[in-house]
Amino acid sequence: MTIKAKIIDEIGFGRTITRLAHEIVEKNKGIQDVVIIGMRTRGEFIAKRIQEKITSIESVSPELGILDVTLYRDDFRTRLKQPEVSVTNISIDITKKHIVLVDDVLYTGRTVRAALDALMDLGRPNSIQLCVLVDRGHREMPIIADFVGKSIPTSINEEVKVRLKEIDEEDGVYLVESPKKGL
Amino acid sequence: MSLTIKHLIGLHGVPSDDIQTILDTAKTFREVLERPIKKVPTLQGKTIVNLFYEDSTRTRISFELAEKRLSADTINFSKSGSSTKKGETFKDTIRNIEAMKVDMIVVRHESAGVPQFLTRISKASIINAGDGRHEHPTQALLDMYSIRERLGKLKGLKICVIGDIAHSRVALSNIFGLQTMGAQVSVCGPLTMIPQNIESLGVKIYTDISKAISENDVLNVLRIQLERKAGTSIPTLREYHNYFGITAERIEKNNKDILILHPGPINRGVEITSEVADGPYQIILDQVTNGVAIRMSVLYLLGTRQ
Amino acid sequence: MKILLKNLNLLNPEQKINHESDLLIEDGKIIELGSNITSIDSQTKTFDFTGMYCVPGLVDMHVHLREPGREDEETIETGSNAAAGGGFTEIACMPNTNPAIDSAEVVKLIKDKAKNHLVNVHPIGAVSVNRAGEGLSPIAELVDAGAVAFSDDGVAVKTSALLKSAMEYCLMFDKTIIDHCEEICFSDGAMNEGFISTLLGLPPLPSVSEDLIVARDILMAEYTGGKIHIAHISSKKSVELVRNAKGKGIKVTAEATPHHFTLTDDVLKNYDTNFKMSPPLRTEEDVQAIISGLKDGTIDCIASDHAPHSVEEKEMEFIYAPNGILGLETELALCLNELVSKNHLTLDDLVLKLSINPRKILNLPIPKFETNELANLTIFDPEKIWTVDVSKFKSKSKNSPFDKRLLKGASVAVINNSKMFFENKFTDI
Repeated sequence: MTIKAKIIDEIGFGRTITRLAHEIVEKNKGIQDVVIIGMRTRGEFIAKRIQEKITSIESVSPELGILDVTLYRDDFRTRLKQPEVSVTNISIDITKKHIVLVDDVLYTGRTVRAALDALMDLGRPNSIQLCVLVDRGHREMPIIADFVGKSIPTSINEEVKVRLKEIDEEDGVYLVESPKKGL
Repeated sequence: MSLTIKHLIGLHGVPSDDIQTILDTAKTFREVLERPIKKVPTLQGKTIVNLFYEDSTRTRISFELAEKRLSADTINFSKSGSSTKKGETFKDTIRNIEAMKVDMIVVRHESAGVPQFLTRISKASIINAGDGRHEHPTQALLDMYSIRERLGKLKGLKICVIGDIAHSRVALSNIFGLQTMGAQVSVCGPLTMIPQNIESLGVKIYTDISKAISENDVLNVLRIQLERKAGTSIPTLREYHNYFGITAERIEKNNKDILILHPGPINRGVEITSEVADGPYQIILDQVTNGVAIRMSVLYLLGTRQ
Repeated sequence: MKILLKNLNLLNPEQKINHESDLLIEDGKIIELGSNITSIDSQTKTFDFTGMYCVPGLVDMHVHLREPGREDEETIETGSNAAAGGGFTEIACMPNTNPAIDSAEVVKLIKDKAKNHLVNVHPIGAVSVNRAGEGLSPIAELVDAGAVAFSDDGVAVKTSALLKSAMEYCLMFDKTIIDHCEEICFSDGAMNEGFISTLLGLPPLPSVSEDLIVARDILMAEYTGGKIHIAHISSKKSVELVRNAKGKGIKVTAEATPHHFTLTDDVLKNYDTNFKMSPPLRTEEDVQAIISGLKDGTIDCIASDHAPHSVEEKEMEFIYAPNGILGLETELALCLNELVSKNHLTLDDLVLKLSINPRKILNLPIPKFETNELANLTIFDPEKIWTVDVSKFKSKSKNSPFDKRLLKGASVAVINNSKMFFENKFTDI
């Protein structure tokens, strides 16, 4: 895997989170009934950062949840490796809430599709909005994000890697050459 | 994290990593069971046959629920006794079921060895729901899950299985599974109910129930039945209760920190008093809920294995 | 017609013969022995058997032929063919047929069906009517019709009272009672009781179940002065009981099967029903006791307990599958492999166990290597290496646990009743 470009650096990363937080607050006219739900694994940490940022803007903390969509995936039969499931941790009833679903990269849209199904099984929210750090295109589902950190047009042979301090010891977004594509 | 095993026949020889994976994955499903919609689409399009050659409403319901909650298509096939006596051989029955393109078979049978036999004649993934007096691996896994949930660990714990060990499928699975996870397992019961050479498995034998209570962290209390040959293993249920029954008095006198499990159905007043069965030491109903989660975990891990 | 068998190692411990020789046979009788036979003509067929042994025709005194009743599993003909293929010229068949061998008619039927075969078939009569353990079967009539011994095999003679009567009654005819030693109250077991049965969760059958009946039978033989033969002895304790009884001069004899000196209960770990039999496979300690019993003469003979079962019956759930395995076509090879090659028995000992002693127990004449004697002999190659293949068995059933096993030693030819079985075919000689 070779790095082709660093798209967002640490400072840009912080600014992007700040902007996304503001947009979420603005669109929802505050944070009344807003629940931020991060998708495992990296979405979970981005959601946490957004929640913290909103807290510092609004002085009130929105609810936070973590969603694991493994059980809703559509690729069990085609993947070579069995995905590991982890626990979904959403302690509140999401019925009648405004959900902001947070993930790191929006690509084919299949993970979001799985997340929507999973959320519907958890309750009946009034709305679900999608917030992603990077939208790299190549959608296979009719899905559009409500909040986008950065749109990066990519080729199919490229991959977007989001690195986070919580897991990867740095904040940043890279465009890399994908070794497995082109098969 | 994939399992190394393709079938779940027993816990004998199953590596600790596999057991760990099953227990950890069950935690996810335990959470699913708390949701308003307790169902996930994971095994959509998979067909699972519940092949019950012996009555066991509880185990069957638990498996069926687990399958349904994973969105698998399920078929129940119940028969009692040898199929051959009814004109079709067991093998033909399996061949027929297999021709219907099933992915997994959950099997309960009076004869030990049937699940293993199935792996030789069927391409489906086989899950043993109890074979003779051999193994009942999902029961032991749910016991282990429940103990871990309550005590936070398995390693180093002392667990005593109490009752008719010789006729029990739960005892062997408990012994194999718990030993693999680093626990010490012992058995307690009248010697007529202890199978030969069980001490060769590294299992201590108690015949004094008070001592078993005082020297262990967990008791797994088995159901006592007066079998067809009444009076050959134990004289009466009353005598069993008086000498081996789990009573509040015995617990309070010997070990107030004890944790009590029972695979059900409970024979109140025989192996356990109502006071204990409904009291603070036991986690019997947790076991039932955990049973569904454990079975979902096993079905998921084997059903999506590549 | 004359045939000349050349360069045989002639072996008959009963005649103290152990040397190289040629044999000239005319119309089924031995007409000349020696190394320089000249009285041959252009029609004489000559066989070179260099390196092979020639012994008095082997006898398996414990065979289930299934006819009448279960001809789908074996018939008198297919069982006799299997015997010839395995190197046997005589077999004794057990009475657990349907109907049981409890009437002169059934004895006659069997003898009639067997009469044109190379292999002599000796019916064993039932001790009790329909082997039910109630009243004695018509023993005198059965003896007259040709029964060579009496047994309720499949189960033990049910009660001590019945055993006492049968022994006393048989004394009049000098016939032996052959007992399947198993205390009926334990018979719901599916394998030997021990560590392996605990591990496999199969209902256990304790070895004491066999020992109890062996002890009973020995006491009864001592009390009545009758003759008892312990079928398929399998436990260490039973071997000890027989050894002590023989020391006291009690008329007890015993047989062991090849599987009981070859396999232990450890092989049951795959729940393969082809390892399910009664008595069950036991422990290494028991196997060693059987071998030492064979060595010191406590166990007089080897018999296969050849028990054909159909594939569909054997492919059942373990606890429901019937007991028993095929034996005739692997017996000699297992004896050579497990007992002779491993120096537990000499070839002389083996001939005693497989040919001489069973005839003595059943009061059958012992074939001699002498002129004017009927040629009743087995020629085997102790060095031949072959792989067991049940699909090539002559038996109608295929339930052998030894399929695919590599064995050393095989029967090459058998001759009896003016017939020869050689290179897989029967010819009149």
